Amino acid sequence: MKTNEAITGRFGLALLGMLLAIGLAPVLASDVGASMNGPSTFPQQDGAALFQAICQGCHQANAQGAVGAAAYPALARNIKLASAAYPVYTVLQGRKGMPPLASYLSDAQIAAVVNYVRTHFGNEYADTVSPEMVKTARESH
Amino acid sequence: MEKMGSMNRRNLFAMIGAAAGASVMYDAMTSMGFAAESKYAGPVKLQGDPKGASVLILGAGVAGMTAALELRNAGYKVQILEYNDRAGGRTWSLRGGDRYTELGGAAQTCEFDKDLYLNAGPWRIPYHHRALLDYCRRLGVVLEPFIQVNYNAYIHSSQHFGGKPKRFREVQADFHGHIAELLAKTTAQGRLEQAVSKEDTEILLTALKQWGALDNSYSYKESIGSSARRGYDKPPGGGLSSTPIPSKPIALGDLLQTGLWQTLSSGQEFDWQSSIFQPVGGMDMIAKGFEKHVGHLIRYNAKVTAIGQDSHGVTVNYVDARKGAAPEQVRADWCLCTIPLSVLNQIEMTVGTPMANAISAVPYASAVKTGLQFKRRFWEQDEAIYGGITFTDLPICQISYPSTSYGSSGKGVLLGSFTAAAGNFGFNATGAYEFTGMPPAERVKKAVEYGALIHPQYREEFENGISVAWHRVRSNLGCFGVWSDTARAEHYKNLCAIDGRILLAGEHASELPGWQEGGILSALDAITRLHQRIVAA
Repeated sequence: MKTNEAITGRFGLALLGMLLAIGLAPVLASDVGASMNGPSTFPQQDGAALFQAICQGCHQANAQGAVGAAAYPALARNIKLASAAYPVYTVLQGRKGMPPLASYLSDAQIAAVVNYVRTHFGNEYADTVSPEMVKTARESH
Repeated sequence: MEKMGSMNRRNLFAMIGAAAGASVMYDAMTSMGFAAESKYAGPVKLQGDPKGASVLILGAGVAGMTAALELRNAGYKVQILEYNDRAGGRTWSLRGGDRYTELGGAAQTCEFDKDLYLNAGPWRIPYHHRALLDYCRRLGVVLEPFIQVNYNAYIHSSQHFGGKPKRFREVQADFHGHIAELLAKTTAQGRLEQAVSKEDTEILLTALKQWGALDNSYSYKESIGSSARRGYDKPPGGGLSSTPIPSKPIALGDLLQTGLWQTLSSGQEFDWQSSIFQPVGGMDMIAKGFEKHVGHLIRYNAKVTAIGQDSHGVTVNYVDARKGAAPEQVRADWCLCTIPLSVLNQIEMTVGTPMANAISAVPYASAVKTGLQFKRRFWEQDEAIYGGITFTDLPICQISYPSTSYGSSGKGVLLGSFTAAAGNFGFNATGAYEFTGMPPAERVKKAVEYGALIHPQYREEFENGISVAWHRVRSNLGCFGVWSDTARAEHYKNLCAIDGRILLAGEHASELPGWQEGGILSALDAITRLHQRIVAA
């Protein structure tokens, strides 16, 4: 029974931990439901690949944005990107209807995608964002 | 051990539900205001004279049309402005011949056969969504059971068991059986003496034996008894070849490490318990039901550009959503705005800072659905899967089989992918975002490629598909509002309060995000408060 005892003990602790953790988790209910837990972080490390995996869904492959009942702003030739802190903060925390992405991306990934957007699509910002800068921004919010 | 992704809330519920039973999970959910029953006390009664007041409603989804129906019945002058060329909003079904152009310009034409459809938005109605069910009754919308849990559908991990899916019944029987065995043996050793009295110990052992399909020595193992739960290698038959052959359970360690337990609780949660329903013929039967009563009040293709108010009334500017011609203006005494916050946060609006801040405080979920048409219903014919959901760790997340027309010899449409994510919520976030970023044809292609890993018949039988990524829906720019606890504490009341002559409704103004019931309840609450103010004036 030794194996079973070990499993029982570990299982009980794990369950208690989860019950405690629940009080801290964000509230959400919707017609989505349970599913298998697939990857909850993006595997891409490269700025271009991250842009394609995440940003272009709304901002479009050419970063020109799109207009419907409301608009997704163009990231191309966007003067709001002049200060690197702005896109770093936006990716971490979201902005208005844009969801926060902090939980899906590492500091290095956020730096990579921000650096990519700030040096492509007609943006020519010379200063580079480092993972350390993202870390500082992440911890200050 | 295979490393699972970080634990999110759904998985917590899933594991608690699977491990500790529905009641513990329900307590956990209720303590978070998560599982409260819909507060609906029958048709709204707006008594008293509205004194000729007019209400301009923005948005012809279920919230807007509920408000229009009830206000008009109470004697108000009602008009509705709607961005789309159809009523229903997210209550939307795609059928053969429908043309759908998404943000970015990619257009799709649905090629489904007659009577086949994809519910692009909501697709289920829980039995406790009393308001929506009552409107279905009043509007003559016919319902049928939606199969949430199918014991013969699959749970699939691409990383384990050689990528071969397991049947839901196998995973559930084995998980319960192993847990029951562990607990029974611990109980029999007297190690629960502080938690369970001596008399209750005997009852508990009997209960565990029954719940887990244990044998007389409280073991869960290969036997006719366990196979009666998990299924047989060869099921009982007739005549000379009738003897059943039992099947071999999956080991507990394998179950734990593969994560297959994660979806066992899907049908135990309050929101997805049986009975759960769908309208016969598509969710948009609800939209069409409302439209019969209030359709003549709707101005379609109206893109709202500004919402102003003064002490006398409201003024709303709009342009033609297709041509963008010169702005037109509508005046009314009051405005009920059901426009999604993802859109409203960009519309110029004369409201105070509290409501304005609330409107900007809610990010919208990413969600993608893909409908796939096949030449035949192979899931029924080959695999005995009638309705229900297969769960997978692949980026498609789910495959849902149609809960209607069983045994039909014609073609069939599956929900071939369903992913959703926002912020800290969601499963398989990468699937939701990456699918959104693909051109629609690529989404369909990927849904077929991934689905073929579970159903190899896909390769032969696939005909056509259509995909809706909610962040690319022109009228919505996102699927539904994802409130964080802190945002709700700070902003929710301000979002719902009447600001001068303007008030809001929609799923975003409810505690039932992403559900039609939330939209309807918020509309009923809003018009009740508005009416009280008007008759009291």
